[in-house]
Amino acid sequence: MQNKAPAVELRNITKRFGSVLANEGVSMEIRRGEILALLGENGSGKTTLMNMLSGIYFPDEGEIFIDGKPVVIRAPKDAYALGIGMIHQHFKLVDVLTAAENIVLGLKGRLDMKKAVRKIDEICKAYGFEVDPKQKIYDMSVSQKQTVEIVKVLYRGADILILDEPTAVLTPQETDKLFKVLRTMRDDGKAIVIITHKMHEVESLSDRVAVLRDGRYIGEMRTADSNAQEMTNMMVGHPVVLNIDRPEPVNPRLRLEVRDLTVRSEEGILKLDGVTFSAYSGEILGIAGISGSGQKELLEAIAGLQPTERGSVTYYEDSGAREQLLGKDPLKIQEMGVVLSFVPEDRLGMGLVGNMDLTDNMMLRSFRRGRTVFTDRSTPHHVAEDVVRDLSVVTPSLSTPVRRLSGGNVQKVLVGREITQAPSVLLTAYAVRGLDINSSYTIYDLINRQKAAGVAVIYVGEDLDVLVELADRILVLCGGKVSGIVDGRRTDKRQIGLMMTRIGGGAHE
Amino acid sequence: MNKSREPLFHITKRGALPWYAAWGIRGGAVLLALLACALVTVLVTGENPLQVFATVFNGSFGSPRRVWMLFQNLAMLLSVSLAVTPAFRMRFWNVGGEGQMLAGGLATAACMICLRNTLPNWAVILCMVLSSILAGAIWGGIPAFFKAKWNTNETLFTLMMNYIATQLVAFFIVVWEVPKGAGQIGIINQSSEIGWLPVIGSYKYLLNILIVAVLCGVMYVYLNYSKHGYEIAVVGESERTARYVGIKVDRVIIRTMLLSGGLCGLTGMLLVGGTDHTLTTTITGGRGFTAVMVSWLAKFNPIWMILTSFLLVFLQRGAGEISTSFGLNQSFSDILTGVILFFIIGSEFFINYQIHFRHAKEG
Repeated sequence: MQNKAPAVELRNITKRFGSVLANEGVSMEIRRGEILALLGENGSGKTTLMNMLSGIYFPDEGEIFIDGKPVVIRAPKDAYALGIGMIHQHFKLVDVLTAAENIVLGLKGRLDMKKAVRKIDEICKAYGFEVDPKQKIYDMSVSQKQTVEIVKVLYRGADILILDEPTAVLTPQETDKLFKVLRTMRDDGKAIVIITHKMHEVESLSDRVAVLRDGRYIGEMRTADSNAQEMTNMMVGHPVVLNIDRPEPVNPRLRLEVRDLTVRSEEGILKLDGVTFSAYSGEILGIAGISGSGQKELLEAIAGLQPTERGSVTYYEDSGAREQLLGKDPLKIQEMGVVLSFVPEDRLGMGLVGNMDLTDNMMLRSFRRGRTVFTDRSTPHHVAEDVVRDLSVVTPSLSTPVRRLSGGNVQKVLVGREITQAPSVLLTAYAVRGLDINSSYTIYDLINRQKAAGVAVIYVGEDLDVLVELADRILVLCGGKVSGIVDGRRTDKRQIGLMMTRIGGGAHE
Repeated sequence: MNKSREPLFHITKRGALPWYAAWGIRGGAVLLALLACALVTVLVTGENPLQVFATVFNGSFGSPRRVWMLFQNLAMLLSVSLAVTPAFRMRFWNVGGEGQMLAGGLATAACMICLRNTLPNWAVILCMVLSSILAGAIWGGIPAFFKAKWNTNETLFTLMMNYIATQLVAFFIVVWEVPKGAGQIGIINQSSEIGWLPVIGSYKYLLNILIVAVLCGVMYVYLNYSKHGYEIAVVGESERTARYVGIKVDRVIIRTMLLSGGLCGLTGMLLVGGTDHTLTTTITGGRGFTAVMVSWLAKFNPIWMILTSFLLVFLQRGAGEISTSFGLNQSFSDILTGVILFFIIGSEFFINYQIHFRHAKEG
């Protein structure tokens, strides 16, 4: 047990991007028959390091050894030849092809589909995957697509597997299934590296933990000898408190009433089907669901960005006056005096402009102010200064394009700007996706402060552990329908997981 | 142990390069371009390479008239470049500058010919200005409307509008030809000079140059400090973000293309009414396309565009001068222009990417 053969040995790996040091003198081992969790905050260099193993980047300095022999990995095909396979966060599959076709895509030699299907079936049987080789990718759920990615890597003979945040898009049930498969592969003698931010997964799955911080290798330990608190402290570099507050809502009043909201996509697919719920001031309404169950459409419909088929979204002012929001664009909603803040899922694609600097991004919400034809840059400049100071945004300067900031800092800029508007309704979609622990807790804290200030918060989340700790009530979406609304204090993630896959949670089980 | 083989070189994307380093690379590219041109010329003609450089310089600065021609060409190229830039900032690839200029030029010629006997000179000029802007705006507005409503491809659309404009001009040249059957219009209103833009002192090109200089400053302020300019930038970077903050994307697209087309039309008027006083299908001299490069190389910054358009005009005139003074035909000047553009465009690669060679291994 003590000394399993090292499959991969990295020695003094250094990688720079321009003046940024992504990895500095990293030396570590990946062993066969072991699941290694690679931990680190955003920008600590985990993905960069693994990308050098899979041939996407080339190290500036240092050496890589596979089974004791020095190797050079110039391109992904070199990595494949050495048995290294990486499963990326974003799947690289061709939608219109079948699972089997995707798996053999790009391989040399004569194409023998029958033989390929037989080999795929063998792999599936050996590790307990469920893949229909003839099914088209576009017919598959996210978890099925991920399975295809893993089988693809195994088919090419990989025995060193790297998974970059594989559970970010899975339900708890799917995650359990994935973990079971990974354990089988480990017992089969494969070397597995998993990158994740979810500490409870690290604890339940991995054998060993390696920690990176600021591009440097900090240390490793056996999972059994450690705990989440210790690992987190090591990652962050100082002790952190891992509790999310959930104060009781103070004086909740009806703020937003959504009735029978129905949305069809441009292709005519029903995305939201008769969604009805209410949101109250001073309360966090969590929204759970498998990704693509209508979360995006729901928030965008409320924000005036999504054409709807029928339904209503009524806004209640404190005085009791009502306004209909549906059918109005963001500008009209703003002109009506309804301050609706929206932190969308795709931060650089929708909420911010990546190539603009912090000041210009703050100006997105305020550039229309003033009577002249010229923009006022001094107010947004002060707002940017405040946001950087209050949320401790790490940026070289206010005139840095936001796309150069790390994920956590981009999110702080976006949330900071939206909160500065003093909203009465705050919509957030996957507010902590891809953020490290420290930034995540900063965001939870910010959201709680908005709640305390009497804002109606609608929080779309994917980490159910967080949802059941943070939200007062949780609305579960399943295929565009409301599967149920549960009390956050009296539910658990099992129940929500079941409701995500079946309307009402499947009482007949 | 056996040495592992590192690749000979690999390419990485650079971070931001300070502006002086970027311009250093571009300057190096110009020098290399000139060297390559000299080499080609020496090989073909056997002349002294220094002689060749002197000729390039002569092409632009050889005589006061040439200096004026340089600035006139610079002004016209800069004018079209300024016109297409708002569209480019919006990521609307308006390659229809040619057509929009021709539309403006056609409107100008129509005013000069049809109104010469009915209106006083100042009123004719006023009509020329307004109608050329309107014609260019229509020519640019049509693709914008289709883009905004049905998301058609603006590059193809504006390109095809160029051909329509060329054919329209060819048609009207036949309608207005002097004398009948000549196939050309000749100088319009040669004796009365109606519709000719006023000349400041004895400097024929000065008015055009001043107009474009003012336009350059105004465009810089418009793009960088006005609310419109900000909206254009946001729409260009991300339409979804623009909608998210309540910007009406179709309106911005159409408004910006009306402006872009209108200014191209105005440039056509400056060519027809200000200097050439005639209309041909080739009056634009390909400037609508060269403008794409001027604007792009200057990173869509109007002030830098003065420099990039100067560079292109200077090199083009130099190449032209080489072919005439060494007794070579026009194709040779095209070859030299090609060599120069190759180097200038190629330099952008080295500004954006860095090449790492194999490290020297130390024992």
